[in-house]
Amino acid sequence: MITIQWAYSLAGLMFGGFAIFSAFDRSNRKRLGNAAFWGLMALSLLAGSWLGDFGNGLLVLALAVIGGFGLMGRGAPVTTNEGERLTWAHQLGDRLYLPALVIPAVALAGTIAYKYTPLGSLGWIEPQRETFIFLCLGSLLAVGVLFAWLRPPLSAPLQEGRRLIDAIGWAVVLPQMLAALGVVFAAAGVGDVIGGGARYVIPEGSVFLTVLVFALGMVLFTMIMGNAFAAFPVMAAAIGVPLLVQTYHGNPAVIGAIGMLAGFCGTLMTPMAANFNVVPAALLELKDRSGVIKAQIGTALPLLAVNILLIYFLAFPR
Amino acid sequence: MTNYFVLAGILIVVIGFALRLNPMLVVTVAALATGLIAGKGPIEIVSLLGKAFNDNRAIAIVWIVLPVIGLLERYGLKERAAATIRRFKAATAGRLLILYLLFRQATAALGLNSIAGHPQTVRPLVAPMALAAAEQQHGGIEDESAEEVKAFAAATDNVGNFFGEDIFIAIGSIVLIQSTLATYGYRLAPLDLAVWAIPTAIAAFLIHSFRLLRLDRRLRRRRK
Repeated sequence: MITIQWAYSLAGLMFGGFAIFSAFDRSNRKRLGNAAFWGLMALSLLAGSWLGDFGNGLLVLALAVIGGFGLMGRGAPVTTNEGERLTWAHQLGDRLYLPALVIPAVALAGTIAYKYTPLGSLGWIEPQRETFIFLCLGSLLAVGVLFAWLRPPLSAPLQEGRRLIDAIGWAVVLPQMLAALGVVFAAAGVGDVIGGGARYVIPEGSVFLTVLVFALGMVLFTMIMGNAFAAFPVMAAAIGVPLLVQTYHGNPAVIGAIGMLAGFCGTLMTPMAANFNVVPAALLELKDRSGVIKAQIGTALPLLAVNILLIYFLAFPR
Repeated sequence: MTNYFVLAGILIVVIGFALRLNPMLVVTVAALATGLIAGKGPIEIVSLLGKAFNDNRAIAIVWIVLPVIGLLERYGLKERAAATIRRFKAATAGRLLILYLLFRQATAALGLNSIAGHPQTVRPLVAPMALAAAEQQHGGIEDESAEEVKAFAAATDNVGNFFGEDIFIAIGSIVLIQSTLATYGYRLAPLDLAVWAIPTAIAAFLIHSFRLLRLDRRLRRRRK
């Protein structure tokens, strides 16, 4: 069976390649910092299952020190210049889109085959992890197609990948760091405090205010944890089920489904949801780290208002 | 007895992000402080961090696409995407992003949310296309506008993904809602939940599209 560890290992080998090329990149004054950081990522992906919890914890602290104290720079891998790119773009024309479509095409075909045909039940692929496997498969296939067609230098995939990963820098691991912080918050009982606090502020007898506090609680807690999944069980236990469903007889399906979507409005507004909000800013080389969040607030707030009204009118028909 | 001091970690995060301190340090300090206040030992906290980091390694797999995207950029994919858009004289950044929003919501609603994303589609295709459309309409744009167009390209991917995926019955959040409510004795089929995601999906499309059209208007005004 193809397990998720295969995907970890492939990504680990890639980060290992980034580390080695970084170490020899004399254009980067802080090249050893980059080599160490990407090397630790490689170690985590290749051997994380065998390092033990404390060993992995030390690895996390090392990443935090390298990324947090500015010990990383930006390498300058050999690539094409703007003139060459325009020439290539003109020469290759729309055929250039075909290898770009390999990754989505493999994801599409794989997902459909896995979910809608009996192939999924054969047990070739670790359950729940199929999208990651298809992503790796698509990437390998796309690199293969590009080599067969354009014959770039052998080191090109790793060097071009390193150009992009260095542009993103330590933000690459921020989503994982925040997920770890969320686990510490949960273990310390932050959820109980928030849930209890939210319940405390509700005046008795008002359905609308209860809906309001439920939705705002979802948003607030999602913004703190960076993830609506962590907020939902807490707010359901504090307000959703005991008050909205059991006391005021609201429709549990509406409260559950739209309550979660209210939380998603919070995801749009928090740097804690780093992989959606902070990493893309780095990936697009925006000057403002919170540029993506600023572009989203104007959608998130009116949509939150709509969600609150939807819960109020759909879950409590009169 | 509830220990309200565990909220200190949240305070550290909020202040740290507000002061624009390095998030890697802010997050680490917040985690250590929260753990200590909750009465855990240093070794226990470091182990907790390590286990959670290790359990979430799947997040890092998405970077596997970078060598492909880098190679495509090497051969001028961004430039080609811009040239393609310039063939459509009516294309504006806003209209293009509305089309992408529709595509993203529709495919996510069919459970195909992994066929697009920030590294796979936004950086190499959507952002350069939106920039090219804006430049063509307004005869070149200044840095401030280019930044805004790129930020909206990323924002549109998020909005489309978040408010499309819950219509699909086998997505993680639907499963979580279902299993949470089941612990209280409310047994619901995934379809019962997914249909209630449709009104919000429509509202998200309308609100965000309206904002994208206003983005076009703002870009036009700035040129005058």
